[in-house]
Amino acid sequence: MKFLSEYRDQKAAEQLSQQIWKKVTRPWTIMEICGGQTHTIVKSGLEDLLPRQITLVHGPGCPVCVTPIELIDKAVAIAHRPEVIFCSFGDMLRVPGSSKSLFDAKAEGADVRIVYSPLDALKVARTNPERQVVFFAVGFETTAPANAMAAWQADHDHIDNFSLLVSHVLVPPAMEALLSSSNCVVQGFLAAGHVCTVMGYEEYFPIAERYKVPIVVTGFEPLDILDGIFMAVSQLEEGRHEVENQYARATRREGNRPAQERIIEVFEVVNRQWRGLGEIPASGFQLRGRFQKHDANRRFPFSGEVAHESPECISGLILQGLKKPHQCPAFAVKCTPENPLGAPMVSSEGACAAYYHYGRRQHNDSHDRIQPQLSGTPSR
Amino acid sequence: MTVMTEFNLSCPVPRVADDRIVLAHGGGGRLTHQLIEKIFMPAFGNPMLEQRHDGAVLTLNGSRLAFTTDSFVVRPLIFPGGTIGDLAIYGTVNDLAMCGARPLYLSAGFILEEGLAMDTLRTVVVSMQEAAKKAGVQLVTGDTKVVDKGKGDGIFVNTSGIGLIEANVKGTIGPASVQVGDTVLVSGDLGRHGVAILSVREGLEFESPILSDTASVWPAVEALLNSGIEIHCLRDLTRGGLATTLNEIASDRNICVRLEESLIPVQETVQSACEILGLDPLYVANEGRFAVFVPAAQADAALEAMKKVEVSQGSVRIGKVEESPGRTVVLQSRIGGNRVVDMLSGEQLPRIC
Repeated sequence: MKFLSEYRDQKAAEQLSQQIWKKVTRPWTIMEICGGQTHTIVKSGLEDLLPRQITLVHGPGCPVCVTPIELIDKAVAIAHRPEVIFCSFGDMLRVPGSSKSLFDAKAEGADVRIVYSPLDALKVARTNPERQVVFFAVGFETTAPANAMAAWQADHDHIDNFSLLVSHVLVPPAMEALLSSSNCVVQGFLAAGHVCTVMGYEEYFPIAERYKVPIVVTGFEPLDILDGIFMAVSQLEEGRHEVENQYARATRREGNRPAQERIIEVFEVVNRQWRGLGEIPASGFQLRGRFQKHDANRRFPFSGEVAHESPECISGLILQGLKKPHQCPAFAVKCTPENPLGAPMVSSEGACAAYYHYGRRQHNDSHDRIQPQLSGTPSR
Repeated sequence: MTVMTEFNLSCPVPRVADDRIVLAHGGGGRLTHQLIEKIFMPAFGNPMLEQRHDGAVLTLNGSRLAFTTDSFVVRPLIFPGGTIGDLAIYGTVNDLAMCGARPLYLSAGFILEEGLAMDTLRTVVVSMQEAAKKAGVQLVTGDTKVVDKGKGDGIFVNTSGIGLIEANVKGTIGPASVQVGDTVLVSGDLGRHGVAILSVREGLEFESPILSDTASVWPAVEALLNSGIEIHCLRDLTRGGLATTLNEIASDRNICVRLEESLIPVQETVQSACEILGLDPLYVANEGRFAVFVPAAQADAALEAMKKVEVSQGSVRIGKVEESPGRTVVLQSRIGGNRVVDMLSGEQLPRIC
């Protein structure tokens, strides 16, 4: 496939890997922001190709993982209303709320449907005018334009039975929150390529400057990530802290202006609760002005009890990069994808689920990394 | 701002969803296995069932018969490359073939929903007739029930089948015969059936449509048997795909199946569709593909035999059986890293972005 196989090429991967090995002289800790990147790293066994000095930690860029538990409870309550068709991206369905998930709600008879796009949910609203159709609008900047478009279209076409339960979050404030923490271990970032495709990467310059940290806008294929790591490591070894763009084939410095305009028209920036990270100022979106009539939060008042929390899940530490999933005592013992204690065990983008599916046994074998072969020939 | 050092993250303990059936109980993954182990095995367990094979092998008057059953609930009823009707024939025929048995006789039970268009039923029945003819089986008994509108999904079909294990089949074909050192082959490219179905459901269109691979694989098995290959195990790669099947075998035999990603055949359009839908082709269902375990020394001969038959023209070697780590499927990725290919926990869920 064009733009796919060439970014999964073994020879090119080995060359990049060797460049990284040559460059590294000291231990470095690099965080990939996006859950999609975590997924690629674990799925392709990419850490096998890196020198031991490099530690990758998995960032908070999984929308499923950081959506607050209260909101899951609210989604479940709304989904249970008889007049509601509740539409969601697939991987939100398994996320545990304080007592149940949307999948449980579906099994109990709630009309919960998986859609691939918010505009599909809008279509459901058009074809079911007698029902209330609610779309669970979660995600980072990447999904914001499509969600904004759905709200805009509903407003424009007077589709009054359509509303959005919004829990949008933003990457740069989360990075700042991590960096300003006194126990921050992250020395360089791979920024999320698709977030930057929408928003551009102007807003990362002040962060790189203030915290003296290299930020490399990075794509999602194995070679993208190796390349991003090489660029970040080069900066660290050379004492630089710049914003660089590895993902130039999809991302421009100014981003996608029409998409940004639509976002600004429909959403306003608010403080947001992040599951595992707490409240971060100016770190999310909610519907603004005339679009608020499509806000499910307002349409379906909810007075749930305060969510019950258990101390066993350490996903806050994992989302900050302070712990790796297999360092959690509950990992793969009490906490599994069938019985997740926390959201990172649920989404395919969640660090815990990625470790569970792709590396559990290796990681349980008490070593973090298989010593790679640097001969330049494949190890088969 | 919340002080980051004071995190005591706290995630809720969810109620375990084991008091009701959820869709994932039918997904072929871990929950399906739990259902079998906790509900069905304790009630029905007997030596034949406990082999956990695609069909039961029964010895009657000196002849070895294979017996199997399968239900089909696919939506849409008619999809690119097939219908629920030919699936129902080929599904059961293939389960028999996986026992090394020549498929002979089938039953068909229909559950029809009130309001179903007669034309749809006709199309499905005609496709069953054609499939039965191609597979060389006869439908010898059947049943029809009609349920209220809204209580079914158009058509549900159950088929059961009987096949004969010929005298030239030596030993037992099944997970119990898998040996360390065996070579693992697949009979063609993966993921086409699941993606054909999903692309219709999701309204995806491709330049060249992806057709289901639904077909009888008996001719391929027959070719293997006729060339005297010592077949250790045959498994069709239906629900849960290659990954689930290999995990079942690895876990039954406490062995490691080691795969190379670059050897696993997936059509380019199928790979693209999987990228778009957020699916892994290793877990996607096939309806005309199987994996075969043979002694390494016979792998070339097995490939040669399979490639001569249309349904398995695309046969390739994808990996081998090793001793450790036990109960594990390991895949060497295209870029040279290793990862564990685990069993799926529930349904494959489309990702957010």
